[in-house]
Amino acid sequence: MVATVRELNIIESKEKSMSAKTLYDKLWDAHLVRQNDDGSCLIYIDRQLVHEVTSPQAFEGLRLAGRKPWRVDANLATPDHNVPTTGQSAGVAGIVDPVSKIQVETLDANCDFFGITEFKMNDIRQGIVHVVGPEQGATLPGMTVVCGDSHTSTHGALGALAHGIGTSEVEHVMATQCLIQKKSKNMLIKVNGQVGPGVTAKDIVLAIIGKIGTAGGTGYAIEFGGEAIMALSIEGRMTVCNMAIEAGARSGVVAVDDKTVDYVKGRPYAPTAGQWDAAVAAWRDLHSDADARFDAVVELNGAEIEPQVTWGTSPEMVVAVGGSVPDPAAETDLVKRTGMEKALVYMGLKANTPIEEISIDKVFIGSCTNSRIEDMRAAAAVAQGRKVAANVKLAMVVPGSGLVKKQAEEEGLDKIFIAAGFEWREPGCSMCLAMNADRLEPGERCASTSNRNFEGRQGQGGRTHLVSPAMAAAAAVMGHFVDIRTLG
Amino acid sequence: MEKFVTLNGLVAPIDRPNVDTDAIIPKQFLKSIKRSGFGPNLFDEWRYLDHGEPGMDNSRRPLNTEFVLNQPRYQGAQVLLGRENFGCGSSREHAPWALEDYGFRAIIAPSFADIFYNNCFKNGLLPIVLDAAVVDALFNACADTEGYRLTVDLSKQQVVTATGETFAFEIDGFRQHCLLNGLDDIGLTMQHVDDIKAYESKRRVSTPWLFN
Repeated sequence: MVATVRELNIIESKEKSMSAKTLYDKLWDAHLVRQNDDGSCLIYIDRQLVHEVTSPQAFEGLRLAGRKPWRVDANLATPDHNVPTTGQSAGVAGIVDPVSKIQVETLDANCDFFGITEFKMNDIRQGIVHVVGPEQGATLPGMTVVCGDSHTSTHGALGALAHGIGTSEVEHVMATQCLIQKKSKNMLIKVNGQVGPGVTAKDIVLAIIGKIGTAGGTGYAIEFGGEAIMALSIEGRMTVCNMAIEAGARSGVVAVDDKTVDYVKGRPYAPTAGQWDAAVAAWRDLHSDADARFDAVVELNGAEIEPQVTWGTSPEMVVAVGGSVPDPAAETDLVKRTGMEKALVYMGLKANTPIEEISIDKVFIGSCTNSRIEDMRAAAAVAQGRKVAANVKLAMVVPGSGLVKKQAEEEGLDKIFIAAGFEWREPGCSMCLAMNADRLEPGERCASTSNRNFEGRQGQGGRTHLVSPAMAAAAAVMGHFVDIRTLG
Repeated sequence: MEKFVTLNGLVAPIDRPNVDTDAIIPKQFLKSIKRSGFGPNLFDEWRYLDHGEPGMDNSRRPLNTEFVLNQPRYQGAQVLLGRENFGCGSSREHAPWALEDYGFRAIIAPSFADIFYNNCFKNGLLPIVLDAAVVDALFNACADTEGYRLTVDLSKQQVVTATGETFAFEIDGFRQHCLLNGLDDIGLTMQHVDDIKAYESKRRVSTPWLFN
């Protein structure tokens, strides 16, 4: 579907050098507690991040069985999915929705009861778990990281083995510090060369998903590599790894380099001075060996990737901004064609409409994909000196954590957004999944920096187009999608 | 967890690829702090014509009569027939909770998303992968035959049609064992406490910064 990348080129390789390991192999081997006769394995988990939506039933299970967390200090909690993005200084009392309020109160009570560290709503460190973990140094290179949230793959950007789990597994990790798993296959996604100006980590990962499809990575652990990936900042790598799950892979990982080490240094939970050198020495081995073999290799040419915009109801339904909504009639696979037709009906779009002619009603800049300081800066750079277009009813910017918000305000980004007509909100998952009050009304069309364009994701009947922060800001000021490279 | 040994159940088809867990159970119902009661809101946005919220009396809500699960012929279905990449998206275990609470015990599809697939086994729900061509044939048979039923035999790893046609499926031995016996994972892992402690002691020495 993405005409801007080379033909799919998956090379299946059965041979594997005996000693050479991929990064995933190394992380797996380092955490293997035992392998059962039937091939199932026990894997040790170094860090569990906890939020209010997928934990209450796990805590209840622990209580009913009379169990305690195996290692209280391996858990770190913060509410994010339900929290409102205004009036947070009131704390949990400020949540208007009584059902949401009970869920956040339940997290508070459970963390207090079991002694788990929690950044509560009025704590400046509160935010989206996947922003908070790396920001605090609570997720480190070489760790296994889990959370009852599919976007846990984000933490792989630091050279950690990180993936989402269900609530039963949240309870299992709390009770045993382990997970029962089978090893995944290895996939390398290499983005060669450099991307052009205006092309971001978000565009790279959307182009990857457009190429391999939303099930392309199913059963695999993906390693992202190549010059274009290694040229990204750690935050950019987080954006890429965050959406590994949208390509079907539970985990995405990037090798450790100097940027990783520099990123971690000095963070509150990072290794202390006495341990730092030994930790860094261990992290230096967190890359795939030169002769390691992957079960599948996918290559993209960075120079061919253009700013991306999704047009449908699955992240794989994506085109370059200069393209048009595809025509289902050209699709030969019947199941795919029907899916495309349904998506166009839901999205209220006609085949062959140029992407730049699609006007929007709302803009959402935020989510665990794109709510870090660099995302704020990229959006602010576009918003500066411009105004949100008259046809855009709401353009909101939701920083990923209290600390991102603080830093953005110190840099004056909030003033740029407000002057341009954006709303500057308080941290949380917000309109990525619309569990709080931030949502689309039926039929509303949104340029969103989030990760899923599923039906109803941002509100029942809402229509989501996934883009980068700069592209979202550009759509806000123009009132329709526009190629960021032509904005000047 | 409820055991799964054999099942003879009515089949209901959801004929679209990439059915995501947001569609299976929309976000507003994830605010519950319980494990049960999600069945009435399974596929809420496809199933009802109005907007659903927790606490509503679902029996009074207007039904989308075109949606498969609202058609009389599919009432009481226990086997769900799906397309590629079933259960993609969010890791919410509320999705298998909702399917199980509604009455489904098995899902047949050409492929499943990893996290959803894994979550099913924790809840007595059996996801079965069959060849896309076989699934296609089952969709056709299901459409043609009112009251279409399939038999699932987990120990034999077979799906059997009313006419005796048999389709074998693969399943991980550990998961099969747990499902056949209704075993919970935590109890099984607790049998290996010594291994976990030994691993931890070793790692506290080699990587002390992970235990700060």
